[in-house]
Amino acid sequence: MAKLSLSDLHDIREREGKKLKMRDIHGRTVHVVVAMGTSGIEKGAKFTLNAIADEVEKKGLEDVIITQTGSAAPAPEPVVEVFIPGKGLTVYGSVDAEKAKRIVDEHLAGGKPVEDLRIDLEGGV
Amino acid sequence: MGFKNYIFVCGGTGCESSRSDQIYHSLIDEAARQGVADQVQVIKTGCFGFCEQGPIVKILPEDSFYVQVKPEDAKELISEHVVKGREVTRLLYNKAPRKAYDEVQDIQFYNKQMRIVLKNCGTIDPENIDEYIAAGGYKALEKVLFEMSGDDVIAELKTAGLRGRGGAGFPTWMKWNFTKQAEGDEKYVVCNADEGDPGAYMDRSTLEGDPHAVLEAMTICGKTIGAHHGYIYIRAEYPLAIHRLEVAMKQAREYGLLGKDILGSGFDYDIEIRLGAGAFVCGEETALLQSIEGNRGMPQPRPPFPAVKGLWGKPTVINNVETWANIAQIIVNGGAWFASIGTEDSHGTKVFALTGKICNSGLVEVPMGTTLREIVYDIGGGIAHGKKFKAVQTGGPSGGLITESNLDTPIDFGGLQKIGSMMGSGGMIVMDEDDCIVDVAKFYLNFTVDESCGKCAPCRIGGKSLCNILEKITQGKGEESDIKQIHQIAKAMQMGSLCALGQTAPNPVLSSLRYFPQEYEAHIQDKKCPSGKCKKLISYEINPSKCIGCTACSRKCPVGAISGEVKKPHKINGNVCIKCGVCKDTCKFGAIEIH
Repeated sequence: MAKLSLSDLHDIREREGKKLKMRDIHGRTVHVVVAMGTSGIEKGAKFTLNAIADEVEKKGLEDVIITQTGSAAPAPEPVVEVFIPGKGLTVYGSVDAEKAKRIVDEHLAGGKPVEDLRIDLEGGV
Repeated sequence: MGFKNYIFVCGGTGCESSRSDQIYHSLIDEAARQGVADQVQVIKTGCFGFCEQGPIVKILPEDSFYVQVKPEDAKELISEHVVKGREVTRLLYNKAPRKAYDEVQDIQFYNKQMRIVLKNCGTIDPENIDEYIAAGGYKALEKVLFEMSGDDVIAELKTAGLRGRGGAGFPTWMKWNFTKQAEGDEKYVVCNADEGDPGAYMDRSTLEGDPHAVLEAMTICGKTIGAHHGYIYIRAEYPLAIHRLEVAMKQAREYGLLGKDILGSGFDYDIEIRLGAGAFVCGEETALLQSIEGNRGMPQPRPPFPAVKGLWGKPTVINNVETWANIAQIIVNGGAWFASIGTEDSHGTKVFALTGKICNSGLVEVPMGTTLREIVYDIGGGIAHGKKFKAVQTGGPSGGLITESNLDTPIDFGGLQKIGSMMGSGGMIVMDEDDCIVDVAKFYLNFTVDESCGKCAPCRIGGKSLCNILEKITQGKGEESDIKQIHQIAKAMQMGSLCALGQTAPNPVLSSLRYFPQEYEAHIQDKKCPSGKCKKLISYEINPSKCIGCTACSRKCPVGAISGEVKKPHKINGNVCIKCGVCKDTCKFGAIEIH
């Protein structure tokens, strides 16, 4: 490893800082939860989860936490919950990768729930 | 893209001794075996502080706090938490699952804490310099090398009001300023990592969890005072801290953050490690410098102070690990920021190692001015096994006791001094009703007598004499005149000893006399030990009205001192009994009493 110049040091701080920020959950308030029970995974919840993660990263949404939870059956899986403080909980059903992208674009980035994907699941999963 | 889960495994000495290293490797192996290696990053960090509950594993983004994890649990953590996204409830600290978007449930242990010194402990991999840089590391050095003059740095420290965390609380800026102004072409920077108070492990954990913070600060000091060489004096019984320091120094050299022409600034600086053999007195700065030079570690008269005539007779700055760990953040965030934390008398935070009869043993960092009650009851969770609080010893063998009546005293340098104790380096040992105060005082004195270097008579002879008197008292042979003699000897030691070891050695005895005179009286006049600790002064007896003759105690007694027929009250033969207390612990009916 060559000795660092000042700009090398800045590069490392920027590059590695991004990685560190990805695992930092402080100050992140928007929660996206994907139901990943056996039935959900069977219906493709893994692809949904990956699509959400990719899109969130692409859009540079920094205050979003993506987590998983257990089965949402008998709801139409894959089920995705979005929780925004002050705005409450929205539950989406039958979310494939394509619909997942819409949820990120329209709801997380745009601030408007995707009405046609909503399902009625009181209290969430 | 980033990882889906981040798994932090505590790599402090405490957790490593409970196989956390094996947990770390098992998690990596399991992640690979279950095909999710690309989805998780397993990171070994420094100490989380919650040592009572170790080994600790924390998984993000769920912020799941797993405690007392075993290597065998790795498989389940990966298959349940990472693959299926379900928390492993039985390993969670609060044993209850929660909704992902619930408020992150604060763990009471961390609620009142504030982390400056331990900022990176438990959040970054201490063996990876990139993570330190990413967390803002070496920003302060950059500032000092290119934007600030030496006087600017000292002015910033003065505004911050940082006081030495080794115990005495001397203003850090003054030390640096004296050394900077001292004549001489050669100057040195020394880190005192010779942590020796019984029960104290703040410095070890800081070095294990964030070694670069100390390296960066020492380099900043070098630039400020005009030194090109630093030494870290650390005891050989801290192998993990030494290893992490060596890794950190190697990486810093590779990056050119140590060595010649640092970051192209033209400034040369390097650091060496010197191992101590574990003599307590080498934590005293003049003895420490002697030891670095290869001499026997014995204190030297001051003045001259090290700032004027230190290592190899050259001007030297010597600071304790925790002091160093504050420097970079003061430079980055400004002295005013630091001064806004804490009390009028003492700024910033203090790290304590909370041990003894407390529910949550561990490493605690709180703003100065926090009360002892908050530390013992809110953070520490109170006294273990529902016993009654008796006292806390702060400042190690140089400090004193704090009792119930002083629990609400805000903790800072002045506050502790006022109530007859001292800040010390940060050991905090909690005692309950079962601890005998005379016995505790004897323990600390034995420690200082063992560790006295023997150079000066007040410490060498005085310490031993005090010890003999206390031994006499705990054996039931104490006389009225003993108390007077304790005060006389203590005064001679305080006035005549060469270094702080001897000057402060009588403190535990004096403070126990001040707060618990009745316990000394009970030992001397009534020949009784109220806590039932001093074996010569107690006897175990069976209360015949409570004993149902279950024979449990007689079967457990290691010396066969208990006799009696089944279903009839038993008896203890006092001539055979060794007073081990096993019978008392065994009896379910509270029939065994100490007299």
